[in-house]
Amino acid sequence: MSIRALVLTVIGIAAVVLGLASIYTLDENEQAVVTRFGQPRGKAITEPGLHFKVPFADTVNRFDKRWLDWRGDPNQIPTKDKKYIWVDTFGRWRIIDPLRFFQRLRDERNAKSRLDDIIDGETRNAIASYNLIEAVRSSNRPFEDDEYASESERGGTLEQVSIGRDKLTRQIRVRAADIVKEFGVELVDVQIRRINYVDEVQVKVFDRMISERRRIAERSRSEGMGRAAEIRGERERQLKEIRSEAYRKAQEITGKGDAQATKIYADAFGRDPEFFQFLRTLEAYPQAVDGSTAMFLGTDSEFYRYLRSSKK
Amino acid sequence: MAWNPQILGGPDPQKRDPEDRIRELLEKLQKGGFGRIILFFAVGVVVVTGVFTTYAQVEPDEVGVILRLGRYVGTVEPGPHFRLPFGIDQMLKVPVQRQLKAEFGFRTERVATRTTYATTDADARRESLMLTGDLNVAVVDWIVQYKIKDPYQYLFKVKNVEEMLRDISEASMRAVVGDHSVNEVLTTGRQRVATEAKLLLQELADRYETGVDIQQVVLQDVNPPDPVKPSFNEVNQAIQEKERAINEALAELNREVPRARGEAEETLRGAEGYAIEQVNRAKGEAERFIRIHDEYRKAPEVTRSRMYLDTMSKVLQRAGQKVVSDESNKGITPLLRMDGASAVPAAAAIKEQKR
Repeated sequence: MSIRALVLTVIGIAAVVLGLASIYTLDENEQAVVTRFGQPRGKAITEPGLHFKVPFADTVNRFDKRWLDWRGDPNQIPTKDKKYIWVDTFGRWRIIDPLRFFQRLRDERNAKSRLDDIIDGETRNAIASYNLIEAVRSSNRPFEDDEYASESERGGTLEQVSIGRDKLTRQIRVRAADIVKEFGVELVDVQIRRINYVDEVQVKVFDRMISERRRIAERSRSEGMGRAAEIRGERERQLKEIRSEAYRKAQEITGKGDAQATKIYADAFGRDPEFFQFLRTLEAYPQAVDGSTAMFLGTDSEFYRYLRSSKK
Repeated sequence: MAWNPQILGGPDPQKRDPEDRIRELLEKLQKGGFGRIILFFAVGVVVVTGVFTTYAQVEPDEVGVILRLGRYVGTVEPGPHFRLPFGIDQMLKVPVQRQLKAEFGFRTERVATRTTYATTDADARRESLMLTGDLNVAVVDWIVQYKIKDPYQYLFKVKNVEEMLRDISEASMRAVVGDHSVNEVLTTGRQRVATEAKLLLQELADRYETGVDIQQVVLQDVNPPDPVKPSFNEVNQAIQEKERAINEALAELNREVPRARGEAEETLRGAEGYAIEQVNRAKGEAERFIRIHDEYRKAPEVTRSRMYLDTMSKVLQRAGQKVVSDESNKGITPLLRMDGASAVPAAAAIKEQKR
């Protein structure tokens, strides 16, 4: 192998190394700030693809171009109506000014901790200045199949919402976004992920729920008994009605029958009352006499008249 | 369930950069000796690597997203594909046809996972505990099923899409549950909660440019919190008791009223029968009387006597003891024994006569 070949090889290697050092690629989801010996050079590069730089002197600082997530730690916050709750929030942000972002915060980790401070603070402010219901409900939609007999029975748990969840989170977002703007960060959303009672409150809430259920159960039972009594009363009424009606009609019918019969008898027997009496009496005699009857008859009776003599 | 987009054909840490490889080759070349053989070998390696990094295959349930030097150039459908070698083109495969699933409040146990179970379990519980609109607490487990509808957005618009999706799922479910009463969430409003949560979640997913299409939000177990459960059951029990009391009362009513109606009918029919009977008897007797009377009028004296005598003979036949006495011996009456078979001659005589 000749010296010439060796020199050529060295030059070749040098060229390749130099060439590779003067290009860089940006992914679809990346943006970058180029610094020359630590000094930022021009605008941020946001176009993905192949880019050139001065080899060795320039450094490429890459940043994410995508929507980034931010998750707050759960915060224990008292609401305006003094209910202690845990609030979990999350947000969505992105780096819109990489240069400023690079200068102020340097990396995402720093950014997140600043966001923590700012958004947590705003969340605290917002939650603390409203009643709990504002963070829970988003509208004043009336509940269906309400189990409560009256509003007073509910014991004031149903409050009207004046701003609601959406506006409350928007308020947090607007304020926080205003602050983080100077870091080259755009904060577009803050949402409440979870709201829960702190443990001590939760126990009380459970107690309240239990007593509420008991009340509903008791009402249900008593309603049942009431309805049952009503039905029994109704049954009694119906029975009495049916029976008395039947009695009345039966009396009417028998009365009519008796009356008709009486009229028929009267019409017939009225022709000759004396004969009727005679006939009925004769009919009655055999029935009035049986084997144990002793009869005393004088010979002067009509029946035995001829026993003594055949004279007329 | 976390889903990791697999980046196939991307920069593989196992493989070395083309840059390194060339340097190596040149170094080997300088050493001489086997130079030529090594050179051929090196060229061979380069060619083989080139071929392998040129060809890529997209499976039927995926699409391939092509990046040229990091820049998005297009999406390809399933099938074999050729691309520029040595990592100039990258292909990211995204399973757009696959139904993906995220579980909230519970985790389907996977086989052979390590025992990080306890922590995820506690976390899962926290996921499902939520406040209802009447400031009660409900435990809601649900599933979100989704598909990737826009691979570009899915890959390049959001970092940690999966996490983001979980966050917005929780937020939208809580927003919806927060607007319903505990009773609605537990019973009647379940379907509506799921539907509204789906709409809200889709809206958020679109707003966040996740490139995800929410197919379904399915509510799994929806329960009151454990300490409260017995009292909820008590309510159900009370409702049952109520129904039972009402049903029993109705049963009693149904048992007795129709019977009473029947009995009433019976009474009425009986009364009608009685009336008809009375009338018919009256008519019959009246008719008989009229007939007899008609005949009697033709010969009253004779008929009267005949009737009297007929009756008397009948009466005397029936009577057990007959005493016929004359006016002259009226005084004996008190002496007669009045107990059945008598030894009194007069009575015997009459018996005789009777035979």
